[in-house]
Amino acid sequence: MKAEWPLWEVFVRSKAGLHHQHVGSLHAADEQMALENARDVYTRRQEGISIWVVKSEYITASSPEEQSSFFDPAEDKVYRHPTFYDIPDEVKHM
Amino acid sequence: MTAKQKNLEDIFLQKIDAEVKIEPKDWMPDAYRKTLVRQISQHAHSEIVGMLPEGNWITRAPSLKRKIGLLAKVQDEAGHGLYLYSAAETLGTSRGEMMDALNTGKAKYSSIFNYPTITWADIGAVGWLVDGAAIMNQVMLTRTSYGPYARAMVRICKEESFHQRQGFDIMMTLCNGTAQQKAMAQDALNRWWWPSLMMFGPSDSESQHSEQSMIWKIKRKSNDTLRQQFVDAAAEQAKVLGLEIPDPELQWNEEKGCHDFGSINWDEFWQVVKGNGICNRDRMKARVDAYETNGSWVREAATAYAKKQSQSSIHKVA
Ligand SMILES: [Fe+2]
Ligand SMILES: [Fe+2]
Repeated sequence: MKAEWPLWEVFVRSKAGLHHQHVGSLHAADEQMALENARDVYTRRQEGISIWVVKSEYITASSPEEQSSFFDPAEDKVYRHPTFYDIPDEVKHM
Repeated sequence: MTAKQKNLEDIFLQKIDAEVKIEPKDWMPDAYRKTLVRQISQHAHSEIVGMLPEGNWITRAPSLKRKIGLLAKVQDEAGHGLYLYSAAETLGTSRGEMMDALNTGKAKYSSIFNYPTITWADIGAVGWLVDGAAIMNQVMLTRTSYGPYARAMVRICKEESFHQRQGFDIMMTLCNGTAQQKAMAQDALNRWWWPSLMMFGPSDSESQHSEQSMIWKIKRKSNDTLRQQFVDAAAEQAKVLGLEIPDPELQWNEEKGCHDFGSINWDEFWQVVKGNGICNRDRMKARVDAYETNGSWVREAATAYAKKQSQSSIHKVA
């Protein structure tokens, strides 16, 4: 098997005021090609005004097997939510 | 099966039941992974090979409007191929492996693309019927259980509706034209109708992978159900065009609330699958030429250029 171009993840900001969002991936030899290819495949209908590309190998991801233990610190912290606190009805908006 | 594996399998099936999507790093049964790799890569190959019969007409489109429309459609199909290859790669296969499987004939692509596009009306019929049939299948797949596949399908479906409409628009124009133009549209319909019905694959009773795929919610509707949906929609659309679908048995069945239609020539279907269609060899040759003869040096040159660029930027920093 011949060597492949590296894999890149593509993030697109659809309009000012919104986050960049992951839209997919592609192969490209370098960052310039990755950006241009991302433009050509992921924004052919004006879906974006800004693109980030990052080599997939640089992404560190949490592991699904440890999903419950990794996220369990937040599990028993109901006091982080507004509904945990009772406010009298007279107080309309808080 | 070990206890641990049984437990993982239970969790997997519970997710499928609860309509929770399966994501790349989640545990999944080997057979689920294999089925997906086979199906998604075949789907990707179909998008790529599907560019060939239509690409055939880009330089001969009858007007600039038709040319830019067709060009945009064919370009979309390349994008669809890319989304799907990427989705398959999340399952642990590589682009090179998939390309090799296609180029050596190990992997299949949709047999419909082994039929030739001999007149301009074929471009209309392909958009209307072939993209129309693909859409039926793809809309269903937006709800498939594997996350990356479902997301690719959502993107694809958004783009597909323009494909079918531009095809229908071509048919419409021909049908409102001269008697000769209308005859050309009818001829294209005659040739593309039955192969389009075959796109949904073998009958439910014959389909080897269907049952397990339905349990895993990779597929959500059976081949025959989708085919029926397509026939019902296309029968109405043909009336708008004033064309006749080449099936004397096609008629509305009041009781069943859908159309009855004639039986498909499955012998022809299997012949084309086995490589004996009109264009199988041309299509394979075009793909191998594009990837090997005309493509490999381009990829190598780009890699060499990228390497040189990164080395010279290291020098600058030092
Ligand atoms: Fe497509
Ligand atoms: Fe299409």
